[in-house]
Amino acid sequence: MIDMKKDFGIYSARLLPQEELFTPGHRACQGCGPAVALRLIGKALGRNSVIVNATGCMEIVASPYPHSAWKVPWMHVAFENTAAVASGIEAGIKVLRRKGRHFTDDRKINILALAGDGGTMDIGVQALSGAMERGHDMMYICYDNEAYMNTGIQRSSGTPMGASTTTSPAGKASLGQKTWKKDLPAIMVAHHIPYVATASLAHPFDLYAKVKKGLEIDGPAYVHIFAPCPTGWRCAADMTIRLCEMAVNTGIFPLYEVIDGKYTLSFDPGELAPIKEYVRLQGRFRHLPDEEVERLQERIHENFYDLRTMIQCQGR
Amino acid sequence: MAARGKRVGMEVSIAVAEAVKYSDADVIAAYPITPQTHIVEHLAEIVADGELDAEYIPVESEHSAMSACVGSSAAGARTFTATSSQGLALMHEILFIASGLRTPMVMSVVNRSLSAPLSIWGDHTDIMAERDIGWIQFFAENGQEAFDLVIQAFRVSEHRDVLLPAIVNLDGFNLSHVIEPIVLPKIQKVRDFIPPYEPVYRVDPDKPLCFGPVGIPEIYTEAHMQQNEALKDSKTVILEVWEEFAKKFGRRYRPVEGYRARGAEVLLVTQGGISETARIAVDRMREQGRKVGLIRIRLWRPFPFDEFYEAVGKAKVLVVVDRAISMGGIGGPLAAELRTALYHRDPRPHVVNFIGGLAGRDIRAVHFEEMTNKAIAYAESDSVPIYEMFGVRE
Repeated sequence: MIDMKKDFGIYSARLLPQEELFTPGHRACQGCGPAVALRLIGKALGRNSVIVNATGCMEIVASPYPHSAWKVPWMHVAFENTAAVASGIEAGIKVLRRKGRHFTDDRKINILALAGDGGTMDIGVQALSGAMERGHDMMYICYDNEAYMNTGIQRSSGTPMGASTTTSPAGKASLGQKTWKKDLPAIMVAHHIPYVATASLAHPFDLYAKVKKGLEIDGPAYVHIFAPCPTGWRCAADMTIRLCEMAVNTGIFPLYEVIDGKYTLSFDPGELAPIKEYVRLQGRFRHLPDEEVERLQERIHENFYDLRTMIQCQGR
Repeated sequence: MAARGKRVGMEVSIAVAEAVKYSDADVIAAYPITPQTHIVEHLAEIVADGELDAEYIPVESEHSAMSACVGSSAAGARTFTATSSQGLALMHEILFIASGLRTPMVMSVVNRSLSAPLSIWGDHTDIMAERDIGWIQFFAENGQEAFDLVIQAFRVSEHRDVLLPAIVNLDGFNLSHVIEPIVLPKIQKVRDFIPPYEPVYRVDPDKPLCFGPVGIPEIYTEAHMQQNEALKDSKTVILEVWEEFAKKFGRRYRPVEGYRARGAEVLLVTQGGISETARIAVDRMREQGRKVGLIRIRLWRPFPFDEFYEAVGKAKVLVVVDRAISMGGIGGPLAAELRTALYHRDPRPHVVNFIGGLAGRDIRAVHFEEMTNKAIAYAESDSVPIYEMFGVRE
């Protein structure tokens, strides 16, 4: 577990950098979770950074020509190749520095690849896997709002079981998404990269600290951020942070860190809260009968139990 | 000859890799695909042996190769990659973005057919499917040209008035895998010819810029127009670079190359390696007293209209040999282009299009003669087909 005071000296909002690198005026919806994430990520990144942004909500809201919401160099190339583009930038900066041609002072330049759950877990997973395996000194952040929201709420492999989306609609013969959410952080751990973490908007200092830590570590780092989309989840815009908190407390989205393969729980919710309230606040689960909610509840508990058991075993 | 450099026998793929070393490339992103592999293998060796200080990114796909190249070029690094066939097709999406974002780089495309049926052998199907990507495109005829064009392409691509990526096409196997004598200049002479890349814009925290914003309908047309103008205008820079190259290295390059074309009534028109065979056919027919010549399109994009018209001269028949087909449509992409270019000319020659040499099938000198005879017969009887598949076994 991160000791904020000891490790980073962070314990209040006043001690975070005041400067906003992701600036007001962008075109995100009311209550947008990813936009809150970007604001915090920007603070952790600082000015010596380059961002590569996959196609998606956070790309289009930040860059309608001739506007840009970012105060750091920002690049969008395509949907599925964010990690590959970032790896090219990393290699370019590295070789120009080595050859003494540019970037010659000893500042570390943070390379951040940024994509949503679709851009990361579906179409971008190959480029991500390649970049992580090759060991580039870069960070990849997935802001996970659990569907393709930019194109109109289509299911991704990050969509939770039972959620109704426009391509996994609930109907007389369907309960919505039929498959379990892909465990991408585990896939990243399997790449033997030095840093993997999950983070939540309800734990902003933990999120800030994790981004900072991942950037400081040499080599690839992956941070998976739970970031609700009120528009797509069909919930009230002021529920974003509350839903984040509930996702952590129910065990739906556990907060942990994996350094050199070793897991640590960042926040132990203790006895898990029931998921019913979380589910009932969102229109995307409206159709789910109670018995189905209970079935989901069981599987979430099993998963959390497995995670906790693994952490205990690793500790021995 | 000695003043120009040392003449060394080497596989053309190796020569291409050497050209990248001579050009002091900074980043190479590469993925293996036949028949391009020897280029990237040799580059990996060159980097591993410390002969070239570069970052070699062994990417997990061609899509990522092109993506990484866009990234490294945006960082301001001299960037190279190579591919073929399915690999080029996989890059397709990003090729448009590389030119649209104006990221200079050089790519050798070792031309090969596309599946299905699966074929590793050479033709121009792969590159003709990428005709409209907005890149500068050259076709090499021989090993020396494949070597020289890589060096020239870096210089053109990175020029401040151009800032567009460039492709050097060379035929799979028939050119990429043959051993040819290559004149290797002094490495320093090449590096003086192409000094390190100094980008106008780069991703740099000291000067934050936005690369790749959303282009709303109000600006997309203008952005496309600008890019098209830049590609058309690149010909001026290409001609300047070739002029300087000729002075420094003694080899002269032109957008359209003629061979015994002056005063010819019938002209063979080719691209790439088959042009060498076509010359033999031209020599034979000239020996017979027939007024036959050859023109070869070296610069494919931007298309050199003026040079093409000049090369055509007063010829009555063009025998255009395409190594690709636009199925269900106009036949050969080269012939279609030339026919369109000639439409408003008066008088204009007959354009007789043969499609052949698909997937490595040889086109021999005798075949060029046969095509010429057929073409003349079609023209004389005023019954020119839109195209004809040549040498189909029955």
